[in-house]
Amino acid sequence: MKTETKKIVAKTGNEAAAYAMKQINPDVVAAYPITPSTEIIQIFSKYVADGEVDTEFIPVESEHSAISVCIGASTGGARVMTATSSQGLALMHEILYIASSFRLPIVMIVGNRALSGPINIHCDHSDTMGSRDSGWIQIYCENANEVYHTIINAVKISEKVNLPCMVMMDGFIVTHGMENVLILEDEEVREFLGKREPLYSILDLKNPITVGPLALYDYYMEHKRSQVDAILKSKKIISDVFEEYNRKFGLSIPSFIEEYFLDDAEIAVIAMSSASGTLKEAVDLLREKGERVGILRLKITRPFPYEILRKKLENLKVVGVMDRAETFSTMGGPVSIEVKAALYSLIKRPLIQSFVFGLGGREFSLEDAIKVFDILKKINKENKLEEEFIYIGLRE
Amino acid sequence: MKLKPWRELEEGAVIKNVPTSLKYKTGEWKKESPLFDSEKCTHCLLCWLYCPDFVIKVKDGKIYKFDLDYCKGCGICSKVCPKGAILMKEEKI
Amino acid sequence: MKKILSLKELSERNTGLTSGHRACSGCAFPSIIKMVVASSDYPVVISNATGCLEVVSTIYPYSAWNVPWIHVAFENAAAVISGVESAYKVLKKKGLIPENEKINFIVIGGDGGTYDIGLQALSGAIERGHNFLYVLYDNQAYMNTGVQRSSATPFGANTTTSPVGKKMPGKIQHRKDIIEIIAAHEIPYVAQASPSHFGDLIKKVRRAFEIEGPKFIAVISPCVPGWGYNESETVELARLAVETCFWPLYEIDQGVYRVNYKPKEKLPVKEWLLKQDRFSHLKNREDLIEEIQKKVDEKWERLLRLDGQKIF
Repeated sequence: MKTETKKIVAKTGNEAAAYAMKQINPDVVAAYPITPSTEIIQIFSKYVADGEVDTEFIPVESEHSAISVCIGASTGGARVMTATSSQGLALMHEILYIASSFRLPIVMIVGNRALSGPINIHCDHSDTMGSRDSGWIQIYCENANEVYHTIINAVKISEKVNLPCMVMMDGFIVTHGMENVLILEDEEVREFLGKREPLYSILDLKNPITVGPLALYDYYMEHKRSQVDAILKSKKIISDVFEEYNRKFGLSIPSFIEEYFLDDAEIAVIAMSSASGTLKEAVDLLREKGERVGILRLKITRPFPYEILRKKLENLKVVGVMDRAETFSTMGGPVSIEVKAALYSLIKRPLIQSFVFGLGGREFSLEDAIKVFDILKKINKENKLEEEFIYIGLRE
Repeated sequence: MKLKPWRELEEGAVIKNVPTSLKYKTGEWKKESPLFDSEKCTHCLLCWLYCPDFVIKVKDGKIYKFDLDYCKGCGICSKVCPKGAILMKEEKI
Repeated sequence: MKKILSLKELSERNTGLTSGHRACSGCAFPSIIKMVVASSDYPVVISNATGCLEVVSTIYPYSAWNVPWIHVAFENAAAVISGVESAYKVLKKKGLIPENEKINFIVIGGDGGTYDIGLQALSGAIERGHNFLYVLYDNQAYMNTGVQRSSATPFGANTTTSPVGKKMPGKIQHRKDIIEIIAAHEIPYVAQASPSHFGDLIKKVRRAFEIEGPKFIAVISPCVPGWGYNESETVELARLAVETCFWPLYEIDQGVYRVNYKPKEKLPVKEWLLKQDRFSHLKNREDLIEEIQKKVDEKWERLLRLDGQKIF
């Protein structure tokens, strides 16, 4: 551990992401600008122009081509990265599934932004929730510091499991918010990551391969099952990589979840990304009044850490799940539905209330966070749920 | 070919040790077969060039074999032969 | 580099594709691939768009390719090769690929993947200047999904989405001029070729491989079920397309137009059209045949005017 070399700098989430990319020095970066993640690629292009990285930067004509270039380069054995948001991710949708089925490590940074329509440029999670079943590892970060460290971990995880990985931060709130970021030395990053060892290479001329064949009913299902196996095995690798990183650099970057006063809590909220900061403030206030409330921040949603959730939530009475996306299932947001599914097999389980908040960048205030706990306290007192889902911050 | 269980598949559905299609005999499709008269052949190799199924085997510029295991019987070889050295005859079932 | 290769020399080389693929009997594209891949003096890496060729040649676990080959989706074959080529460049720069190793990167797409759904990715890749040869096998409709019209389908053709009806005589639009669209990008080499004129095709492919940067060759690829003719007539159908000047053989090499083949006697387009079931309803429609002939003549005359001229 070389704590003396670490320094703290002020960076926005986008700047932190671009800086991590510079230190990673990927072989190929292909991207198309889109608000609010545009800056990542702008800053990175300058690193390329100044010769600070060896990267082949491919400024493509669409996000569809961005991810397609990433696939091509990754099959060649290159270390590959990209960044996008919202409509850009939606345009990539078709190709996301192919990237994971090819078992290619690709790290994509996503500045979360609402999907059209109406067109909107601000934060919610409808973009990445829409690609939750595409076979990618999905990691949601709380702040710029976590973005920086998680991106470095994501490269290693992605290359070890041979699956692509998305690293998320909230659009504008984190992408454009200036925060303290503790940065490593370039050498530390490069040594931690080492070289990529690809599963196969399209550039291996001595051993030609066919990538992307047609697999019909006699083989498709077996291939999908083997892909499930890969993401199943990623769970241990994800924990191990974060643990190694934290140990090496004396840090405590969470992997799957972060707990906040969860140990003795009766009531807890499951939150993701930047909103958990506001909820933590609410918990501080309520704890001062002696209320047993806590937070479980869910950081990784693919693979879904159901084992951890079962263990951590088993003894709670009421759990609220904060979703920054809709499913139109009339059952609330996507994470609430998955949390309910995860806990269903428990004999004793908490009541689970779904909350939808912050769509299209709608502010989530401390008052809103207190309101969430008030609702959960009422549910706890009456021991029943009255509504399938509750919108927070909506004009009625 | 015996279908493999999922654990034995190549990761990423990649096909190695190509070409593997040689195990798939498309010759069963044909209704007509080329009948090759080596006496008439001048080894211009037009049939080799235009055979869609890589049936006609050439060594040192000479045709030495029609690999009928893959011949679909299209008759292009017969059509492009300037010497009439390939005739299509009906397959007996 | 020797421009011309004899068929004997060609027959001694790797053809890329092998037996056991499941293309229709009499399909044109296996011979086109043979000519393209065997023309390369260096190893090739191929990116293939979704389409007939991809489907028939890689039905898991059977692949008919003996060269590195990748297929990702329908519309992005040019973007995929951009990535592969970029990986190659950077890995070479980093010393992970030997300095003297040379690869010819090839994209193969049908008319659907080129004129239509893949046009954007192709335009982007050639504008960025990646080093690859794009080979279009143009069978003039979406044959893989059952003969639906594309923007490459000629006027008057009967397809399943431009069917002949009481009011409509097949496709009512003329086809898009893909060569002109690609040439407008001012890339170093654009050409049109036919498997029937193999010497010309091979020469063009070998010329393309000499040049650094994006290259594009459109090759006509007669389709037995889609066009409707006897499967032994594939080469003849390609030849008639050239002899009628429906599919002229020409190139735009570093901006200079060159008509590579001028038929001694330009045949009426009717002789090509009426050999195909997709145009059989035109037998009694002299007016429509005339319209097609007029279009062919205009295009041919324009080409003759441009022959030898430098356009960029």
